[in-house]
Amino acid sequence: MSNFEIVTREDFSDVTYLLEVRHPLMAKAAKPGQFVIVMLSEQGERIPLTIADFDRAKGTITLVIQAVGKTTRQMQKECAVGTSLYAMVGPMGVPSSISHAKKVICVGGGLGVAPIYPQARAFKEAGAYVIGVVGFRNKGLVFWEDKFRAVCDEYIICTDDGSAGIKGLVTAGVTQAIDKHHDIDEVVAIGPLIMMKGCCDTTRPYAIKTMVSLNPLMVDGTGMCGGCRVKIGNHVKFACVDGPDFDGHQVDFHDLIMRLRRYTKEERIAMDHWEESCRLQKSIDRKVDSATSA
Amino acid sequence: MREQDPLIRAKNFEEVACGYLADDALLESERCLMCPDQPCVSGCPVGINIPGFIAKINEKDFRGAYDILTDTNLLPSICGRICPQENQCEGKCTVGESLEPVAIGRLERFVGDTAIKAGWVNIPYIEANRFKVGIVGSGPAGMACAADMAKAGCDVTVFEAFHQAGGVLKYGIPDFRLPNAVIDAEIENLKKLGVKFECNTLVGRLFTIEQMITEMGFDTVFVGVGAGYPTMLGIPGDSLNGVLSANELLTRCNLMRARDFPNYDTPQPMGKRVAVVGAGNTAMDAMRVSLRLGAEKVYCIYRRSHKEAPARAEELHHAEQEGVEFHWLTNPVAVLNDGDGNAKGIRCVRMELGEPDESGRRRPIPVEGSEFDFEADLIVYAIGTNANPIMGQTSKLRLNKWGYIDADSGLATSLAGVFAGGDIVTGAATVIEAMGAGRKAAASMKAYLGIRDSNLAYGQGEEKQFGIDLCERNFVRVRVA
Ligand SMILES: Cc1cc2nc3c(=O)[nH]c(=O)nc-3n(C[C@H](O)[C@H](O)[C@H](O)COP(=O)(O)OP(=O)(O)OC[C@H]3O[C@@H](n4cnc5c(N)ncnc54)[C@H](O)[C@@H]3O)c2cc1C
Ligand SMILES: Cc1cc2nc3c(=O)[nH]c(=O)nc-3n(C[C@H](O)[C@H](O)[C@H](O)COP(=O)(O)OP(=O)(O)OC[C@H]3O[C@@H](n4cnc5c(N)ncnc54)[C@H](O)[C@@H]3O)c2cc1C
Ligand code: SF4
Ligand code: SF4
Ligand code: FES
Repeated sequence: MSNFEIVTREDFSDVTYLLEVRHPLMAKAAKPGQFVIVMLSEQGERIPLTIADFDRAKGTITLVIQAVGKTTRQMQKECAVGTSLYAMVGPMGVPSSISHAKKVICVGGGLGVAPIYPQARAFKEAGAYVIGVVGFRNKGLVFWEDKFRAVCDEYIICTDDGSAGIKGLVTAGVTQAIDKHHDIDEVVAIGPLIMMKGCCDTTRPYAIKTMVSLNPLMVDGTGMCGGCRVKIGNHVKFACVDGPDFDGHQVDFHDLIMRLRRYTKEERIAMDHWEESCRLQKSIDRKVDSATSA
Repeated sequence: MREQDPLIRAKNFEEVACGYLADDALLESERCLMCPDQPCVSGCPVGINIPGFIAKINEKDFRGAYDILTDTNLLPSICGRICPQENQCEGKCTVGESLEPVAIGRLERFVGDTAIKAGWVNIPYIEANRFKVGIVGSGPAGMACAADMAKAGCDVTVFEAFHQAGGVLKYGIPDFRLPNAVIDAEIENLKKLGVKFECNTLVGRLFTIEQMITEMGFDTVFVGVGAGYPTMLGIPGDSLNGVLSANELLTRCNLMRARDFPNYDTPQPMGKRVAVVGAGNTAMDAMRVSLRLGAEKVYCIYRRSHKEAPARAEELHHAEQEGVEFHWLTNPVAVLNDGDGNAKGIRCVRMELGEPDESGRRRPIPVEGSEFDFEADLIVYAIGTNANPIMGQTSKLRLNKWGYIDADSGLATSLAGVFAGGDIVTGAATVIEAMGAGRKAAASMKAYLGIRDSNLAYGQGEEKQFGIDLCERNFVRVRVA
């Protein structure tokens, strides 16, 4: 079960990229809402990524990644087709329960756009009326429109600058859908914490069940370290084994947002360290080049 | 035994206790009285023939000593280092009644290390049968079970969720107590027995235990996934930044190598003042790792007294030497916020000891109005663990009311063909107990498969069964597969 080979890569923009990784057993086991933990190299960090899609016939799973820091940028640079990840373990977490809701809104923003897709598809397959709401900064960043349209009865794109779809945050799209339909049973939201919080605040007055997928920092992903603990109502839960999906109206978002900042300084150091080593490598390469060509 | 100087070692991750040289071992072996009734053996959870191996050391037959040890204990280098000997073998030693007990653990370690250096392995002649055995979890319980099943001729695969095998030995116990090289050497020996390791495999989620039996062709499965799930205190401020479990601190530092950050990517920012709550082995490890990562002050906060501290005596002593400040009879009531979401200290209350409770230890009760604050920017909880929930979530295994796997005296679970042992059955215990459980389960698994148990000592217990001499019966190889 080693050799996690990358078989496809696609770049959606200069910050978002897709990797399709071979792992037949995982493709067979994966369900919507689950995630993997990946290590790029032996020295690397273990980072959680949602399984954005899986192909049982091909034996692959798909990850859609936003380059935000050291590891995700290094992967953007190094993960070419034919290379392998050092480690990939999963599928982790409790699968999303695809309820018997008849009408749902699936909301995805930023790094949540890809992972909301398998949920939308699963709801569609379960016979629900699916309204997709996705948010991007601008038109250039939009991806998977065809895929979404194929599984959504209605599809609303929101952009910060109005260059595609409606202008505004995804909450504007959610409000628009709620105004139009008075019989929404459930909202599922995945994306940055602040976006999921916004969605919960939007649906709370209507008392519409709202599920969110939480992304605290993780180490092992097997319930062993407690680093991923979140406050749900009066309980402490470990997102990796008790989640990652929780009832959004119960989540203490403030607490979680504070905790995500824990390693800001070290993330910066790791980034600088890596950039420095890239620069050194470049200058060595240049010297070698000039030496060999001379 | 020679040790690194406390002031120097508190800054490095080299092993603290340097181990015996051959002369030291010979000298120490002289002290054993070879007691006929062998009280020490009854103190060892796996019943090692202690006077036997010590006698071999005394004869300078180190290889012979190794053979005796590995008859019962697969991992002498590991147990010799980290067994709580004072409660086990050495606690029962006759010499200990008047003098220092015979240093059984150190002798055991000496023999184990000698074997690693010399590259000795005791690989018996293995006649392969066609049974496939799956082991879930590569901690001491899983390793011990794997070894016994491989020796019996089974095709054994160990599945491990992490990217490296070893369980707590790898991610929890730091290098200065148990170097990785020792664990890796023992794992290599298992591979020589034919055991296969599949890391990055989360059993339960990637495939279930039921699937291992029904689809993947395993004839029997052993579950040794450890306890894991750390307990938080449940006091105000638990989720502030700078509050974490000892498991997280240790995993970041040992397995993910945060101590080499930024050459390794995983960080573990160290506080100036670190308060560790608890006084078990995990707490000692967390404190001593913090010192090595550059903490200026490390406090140990424990609600009972020194006498009740569950850590190995040697670890407590080492932690004291290295400058940990102990605060006995002190209980945390809140973590204090610096106003920015970070911990800045911990509020505690003094305790006094009352009447003994169910565990026989005197129950600590808070002294009214005795609240006081510690300044600390890193707060580590080392107050125990609960059962890991993944097996329960993903299989029909019957659990007990605390969430641990329910197993009978032969370690069979509620699922046919599935056995379990180690921390996931008993709750957090010791390495040698986990190994003992792994071996006990292996014996049951062999019986379940109907293969001859070459590890059963002749003449143990009943001599005859159904009128047939047991020695004879043991030579009959029953084949059902
Ligand atoms: C269950 C789960 C599923 C996830 N799925 C995806 C996914 O499908 N695609 C994807 O691109 N990312 C996903 N993430 C987030 C991803 O794990 C982080 O972006 C990644 O760990 C950042 O690593 P880095 O070294 O590149 O950045 P770092 O240097 O560690 O951090 C850079 C910035 O990213 C922020 N960040 C770090 N970790 C997280 C996190 N866990 N969540 C949100 N922000 C974070 C930091 O606060 C910082 O501002 C998921 C996280 C979880 C817990
Ligand atoms: C910090 C620390 C210090 C300790 N010090 C001592 C000491 O000095 N002396 C002593 O005797 N004892 C000590 N102990 C206790 C001892 O380590 C444990 O009792 C022992 O390791 C238990 O062994 P185990 O095999 O049951 O489980 P573990 O060692 O916990 O191993 C379980 C393994 O299973 C893996 N796993 C879990 N779930 C899955 C899954 N679903 N699929 C695949 N793999 C999975 C885990 O990743 C892990 O590797 C210490 C414990 C800790 C935490
Ligand atoms: S295994 Fe542990 S308890 Fe048994 S003899 Fe060795 S050190 Fe003592
Ligand atoms: S009890 Fe002590 S002295 Fe007696 S045999 Fe055991 S180790 Fe030797
Ligand atoms: S990531 Fe360690 S317990 Fe969830």
